[in-house]
Amino acid sequence: MKICVLVKEVPDAAVEKRIDPSTGRMDRSGEKNLNPYDTHAIEAAMQLREGGAVDVDEIVAVTMGPESAVRALHKAVSLGADRSVHLSDPSLAGSDVAATGYALSKALESEQPDLVLLGQQSDDGECYTIGAVVADHLKMPSLTQVIKMDVEDGALRCERQAEYGYDTVSVALPAVISVGDAINEPRYPSLKAIMGAKKKPLGNVTAGDVGIDAALVGADGSRVQCGEFKDPPAKAAGQIIEDENTAETVEKIIAWLDERKLI
Amino acid sequence: MADILTYVLHYEGALNKNSLGAVSEGAKRAAEIGGECHAVVVGGDDLTDELCQTLGSYGATKVFRAQGPEGLAPPVIDVMAKVIEEHGHGYALFGGGLLGFEIGAGLAARRHAGVTMEVTAVRAEDGELVAERPILGDSKISVSHYRGGLGIIIGRINAFETSQAGEAAAEVVDVEIDYSPWSTQATMIQRGEQRGADVDIEGADILVAGGRGLGKAEGFQLAEDLAAAFGGSSAVAATRAVVDAGWYPYAAQIGQTGKTVAPKLYLAAGISGAIQHKVGMQSSENIVAINKDANAPIFEFSDLGIVGDLNKILPKLTEAVKAKKGS
Repeated sequence: MKICVLVKEVPDAAVEKRIDPSTGRMDRSGEKNLNPYDTHAIEAAMQLREGGAVDVDEIVAVTMGPESAVRALHKAVSLGADRSVHLSDPSLAGSDVAATGYALSKALESEQPDLVLLGQQSDDGECYTIGAVVADHLKMPSLTQVIKMDVEDGALRCERQAEYGYDTVSVALPAVISVGDAINEPRYPSLKAIMGAKKKPLGNVTAGDVGIDAALVGADGSRVQCGEFKDPPAKAAGQIIEDENTAETVEKIIAWLDERKLI
Repeated sequence: MADILTYVLHYEGALNKNSLGAVSEGAKRAAEIGGECHAVVVGGDDLTDELCQTLGSYGATKVFRAQGPEGLAPPVIDVMAKVIEEHGHGYALFGGGLLGFEIGAGLAARRHAGVTMEVTAVRAEDGELVAERPILGDSKISVSHYRGGLGIIIGRINAFETSQAGEAAAEVVDVEIDYSPWSTQATMIQRGEQRGADVDIEGADILVAGGRGLGKAEGFQLAEDLAAAFGGSSAVAATRAVVDAGWYPYAAQIGQTGKTVAPKLYLAAGISGAIQHKVGMQSSENIVAINKDANAPIFEFSDLGIVGDLNKILPKLTEAVKAKKGS
């Protein structure tokens, strides 16, 4: 079995995110990291390999993004992927979620995976959606927000929380599965794995290499036009207490609650 | 002039509240752009004529009904794509929730359409719909305009209110459908399983909610002790992350896939305040947050925030509440 894991570079959680007023796009400069949800997807691939219920021949990390996105791939291979694919092309800049999903699906088509895994959301933007876009282009069944996944009779037995409780769904392969953060606890990469990450094969591909139709990507190929922003209604800032002396802090909380007749 | 197509989820013969919100919203916006609001339902025999017709009271004029598997997105994508192809709807609108995200995204791929998710407001502007979506931890609102024949709008949970303005029954149209081969490759083994004890968090006046910051399942004892100290109508709630991790029962879950609450006091212990959680509790009258991370998003929408170690604060707070109650 060949598993492709979609990964993404996102601004580090500690960095303040903002819109670049000149382009109307998110300012993606500053400290970057591998999207934390994607580490769960890589770990899920590793556990399938180590679980023994199915032979995993190869785990390939795939990303789309500018040159700097290569760091997300290095992190991904340090966590266990065997090699990585970097789809990068100036024509892809400004793609909306539908165009991004299309471009990724073309990169995946060249890899012919039996299973595509990804994190259920990215820290910096699109929620829950990219997996379903990719799946429809690949003509594969898909399931998102999966918190438990086992191989059973050559298919995946997946569990997730849906609108009315927990659902258990059997998904035939090939398939696209996005995982929630409760599915596993990702391992920490060893120092050796971090050092060796840059030595693992990295393939650079352009839009033309994987047959992407230029009319369907980039800002011009995207069907959503963003770039107009406004401020939400202002909300009065709450009071903040730094706990230095817990007895005093608790006294203040009690007084605050008492004032509002909550005790 | 464009018609709006919505998807209505149902379970055991009852229509989903967020879906009804989407129909209500769709009917209002359709009226503004000179179109009609229609709905798609997919399922079995529980989708009776009577049930489908009731969507008319929320403003849908037509209901497209297809026989198919319930609770999975790909078959619904097939049905909606077919209905849109035949009838030329200009927009597809979803009330949020997990299936709405999956169907909306898949439909965007199928129909080469633009999609906006987590939408909190939809407006008509020059005869077209515009979607507003909060971004960057709700600090900015991004406005989406659509190009092409179809725009897809996925609401944030609870963003659209239900309103029963109409009285006329909706016309029910049966759709014959050949499902795509990959749409039948996922099959439901069990749907809607409830796990863990039943807890009533929706009726409580005071909720002590716990998140990952409690450290482990046993950490919930601190939250339970505090709730017990408040006494009366108080209960313990939990985030999705800790419910998924098995620390607390599903029935106590707040947020996107869990329950929506609005108690007099919501005390969040060790909860970072992700959007998915926020949408389930932001209407609480008073929000108090305790978190060791001063940058946690929850402090941006709490009325009182305490930056500190909950293992030190909660036990002392419990004692102080007991003392206060006793005095």
